[in-house]
Amino acid sequence: MKLAEVVKQCNLELTPTDTSLDREVTGGYCSDLLSDVMAHGRKGNIWITLQAHPNIIAVAVLKELSAIVLVNGRKPDGETINKARSEKVPLLMSELSAFDLIGQLYGLGLRGTL
Amino acid sequence: MMMNKSDVQSEVLFQQEFAIRGGDFVNAGESSCKIRNTLREIGIDSDVIRRIAIAAYEAEMNVVMYAENGVMSISVYREEILLTIDDKGPGIEDIDLAMQPGYSTATEEMREMGFGAGMGLPNMKKNADRFKIMSELGKGTRLEIRILLDDKNG
Repeated sequence: MKLAEVVKQCNLELTPTDTSLDREVTGGYCSDLLSDVMAHGRKGNIWITLQAHPNIIAVAVLKELSAIVLVNGRKPDGETINKARSEKVPLLMSELSAFDLIGQLYGLGLRGTL
Repeated sequence: MMMNKSDVQSEVLFQQEFAIRGGDFVNAGESSCKIRNTLREIGIDSDVIRRIAIAAYEAEMNVVMYAENGVMSISVYREEILLTIDDKGPGIEDIDLAMQPGYSTATEEMREMGFGAGMGLPNMKKNADRFKIMSELGKGTRLEIRILLDDKNG
């Protein structure tokens, strides 16, 4: 499924990073522990997290994730947005909790890594 | 250190070094991203890059979290890729304990940022074909991570 479609269906808010949403979402992973995402995230996954600091961008780049979604209305700081822009990582936001957002993503047919 | 047979290597095809500053959480991970990009440019197999990227990131974060500074070096040989990280820092008191999944000496602040899961060294080991830690208390730590390149599987 294309990221643009996920953004539309789940009403995700975009951060001003001018990054293309024309990329394939292969599934999802949810964790607030960065090493856990490094170990278990898969290429093309959409990553659901509460972490909003700049280091999440490096994780997304290294794991070739399709996007990061900050949940519970969390907002990234300016440095996180700068890095997302320069590394071309789609950085999205949702007012929903992780549980509720993932329920919606499942409803769209996206699955975890198992 | 004595050279044993497995340490004897062919000519290095590519080598790059990165300085890492302890405590610099904003730029943490950038050296690992550069290594990944470089390995892509020179056409290394994507699964090998994935493993190097995980190991490099975890090693880089350990320098940022615990050491004053460090140097990460990537060397590509015909038969393997060698990633080394040398840091000037407190060293590791008990390496066996540090290798246990879930064990971490991270501060509360680091844990709140999602670090300190106690998965760093286990993640490095899991992704390495050969993994070596040398540490001296009060001086620093050296990690050697080797990933073998197999033409048949690559």
